[in-house]
Amino acid sequence: MEPIRQHKGLVYPLNRANVDTDQIIPKQFLKRIERQGFGQFLFYNWRFDDDGTVRENFNLNDRKYDGASILVAGENFGCGSSREHAPWALLDYGFKVVIAPSFADIFFNNCVKNGILPVKLSLSETETLLKRAEEEQFVLTVDLAEEKVYDTSSDFKATFSLSPYQREMLLNGWDEIAVTLTHSSKIDDYEVKTGTVEVH
Amino acid sequence: MEPKTIVEKIWEQHIVHQEQDKPDLLYIDLHLVHEVTSPQAFEGLRMKDRKVRRPDLTFATMDHNVPTLDRYFIKDPVSKKQMDTLKDNCEEFDIPLADIDHPDQGIVHVIGPELGLTQPGKTIVCGDSHTSTHGAFGALAFGIGTSEVEHVLATQTLWQAPPKTLNVKVTGELGTGVTAKDLILAIIAKFGVRFGTGYVIEYTGDAIRSLSMEERMTVCNMSIEAGARAGLISPDETTVQFLKGKRFVPQGEDFDKAAARWKALATDPGAQYDATVEIEASEIEPQVSWGTNPGMCIPVTASIPNPDTASSQSDKEEIERALEYMGLEADQPITSVKIDHVFIGSCTNSRLSDLRRAADVVRGKKVNSNVKAIVVPGSQTVKLLAEAEGLNKIFTDAGFEWREAGCSMCLAMNDDIVPYGERCASTSNRNFEGRQGNGARTHLVSPEMAAAAAIEGHFVDVRNYTIPSFT
Ligand code: SF4
Repeated sequence: MEPIRQHKGLVYPLNRANVDTDQIIPKQFLKRIERQGFGQFLFYNWRFDDDGTVRENFNLNDRKYDGASILVAGENFGCGSSREHAPWALLDYGFKVVIAPSFADIFFNNCVKNGILPVKLSLSETETLLKRAEEEQFVLTVDLAEEKVYDTSSDFKATFSLSPYQREMLLNGWDEIAVTLTHSSKIDDYEVKTGTVEVH
Repeated sequence: MEPKTIVEKIWEQHIVHQEQDKPDLLYIDLHLVHEVTSPQAFEGLRMKDRKVRRPDLTFATMDHNVPTLDRYFIKDPVSKKQMDTLKDNCEEFDIPLADIDHPDQGIVHVIGPELGLTQPGKTIVCGDSHTSTHGAFGALAFGIGTSEVEHVLATQTLWQAPPKTLNVKVTGELGTGVTAKDLILAIIAKFGVRFGTGYVIEYTGDAIRSLSMEERMTVCNMSIEAGARAGLISPDETTVQFLKGKRFVPQGEDFDKAAARWKALATDPGAQYDATVEIEASEIEPQVSWGTNPGMCIPVTASIPNPDTASSQSDKEEIERALEYMGLEADQPITSVKIDHVFIGSCTNSRLSDLRRAADVVRGKKVNSNVKAIVVPGSQTVKLLAEAEGLNKIFTDAGFEWREAGCSMCLAMNDDIVPYGERCASTSNRNFEGRQGNGARTHLVSPEMAAAAAIEGHFVDVRNYTIPSFT
């Protein structure tokens, strides 16, 4: 996983609440057995018509958001299915940061495990960002080390926080399994102590 | 001793390691695996030359992609590859698999309880958000992503911060014809699709106590639709009786000991929750969802909401977008909505009792000529038991198709797809845009309500039916 300390990028506004992972990556694309290549299917049913033509009325198709790497959305982003294909698709498409007033728990976790920084801001702060990004091309800096979001051209400033553990994970791009395996003897002890029996 | 909730008790029993500023390292007792969310996890293990720590605490099945007409003919080569990959991975890592031709095969959340793998007090995970289903037994069960699947395979543990607890107290008694499905839909409609976020829900109260295990599973199943990663119910005699004799539970004297241990896990009187909400069961009517998330639900006696009455601009826009997607008019009575498809199945409502109750409604009647209706049992076991009581005959005589076990039209990863713009009364758990097929319009209902809609061709209040089991 790539470490992430500071990220500066173009903001893409997705002004909807309760965006579920079925929308982020529709099920017809979950059959692949690889982790890569999901970006082309991101928000597929919103980006494309049934016959594959581009939907002009969906704002991700607006050229002004080409190259966007910070997604800002409404409440409860990433609800529904636990599919990690959702962060894989976001990352593969080019998003490194997702900002929302609230996230679904599993999705939030899945982001962290893949080096996407999920940022919780207040409802009014996200609304400000959504509005600005809808009006103009708008670049934001997200600093994980400082837990700050700011914009150099105007006076938008906000702070956020992540649990110390998740922050460390992202800052260092750790392989979590390797970290856990350093505790192997504790796991052995637990199994001995509890006599975890074979179930089948 | 200080009174504790069941969540606290299970948590304490599973801590492997604790450290300041870190989540707890929690031991996982049972890891369920299916074909969709596991291939990249196994690949990750291979790339780092890692092993599965406890294949004996891992159990796999095929469910999401499985064809329900001819299970040995998988049309889509990509689906087939995913299923073949699971089989290869299970062989390579020595994990027991209920393969497509295995009598135990079925939806992962149906077979766990059926086999007795699901037990009170266990920590259970699966790369699937409806793992919350297993909480019905007083297990701490939650969905995980693929990275976590890989982590559990390699270490049999997960780093988890202790959750907050939310008591959803259901007082009173459900009315005749009102089911566990209506209860959970009404809870989500009342409190919203994110009230459970960050919490583990414990369902308590008289109405919950009087539910059967299968009904409890229906309720816990949809905890994730309220935003909660897990939902559970303290074990009691109902739990114990259900598990008695199941294949993977202790037998004989050992069972009695286990049963005593299980019951002791129940939340102590006076234990504190981080939050509590209450709902009165007798006020709940049969529910129908009208929109594009499970909180967009109304009683069958009501009309579709009008965006003009929304409390905020964003709610108004959300309602408008949902109405447009669903092809519905504001203020239209829900009973006037005509349907094209009926799907009875999914990990919410595909167990034997669900099928029995739906069969009670359709017995001797005919499916409306405009409706295409299918029944998909949750597992091979459910299918065989249902056939032994002749339920399949009741359904097929009425004009339903009787299919093989799997997830099927719940998420339409196999060939069971609702065509663009068509409308389906479904006993599943999600009515998201495109869930049952691109452009498909899903209405969530109970098995009884789905069965009655199949007969009439539109939604009806199933309480107006004369049904033997209602008397
Ligand atoms: S039945 Fe539906 S919700 Fe349940 S596990 Fe299968 S796809 Fe998921």
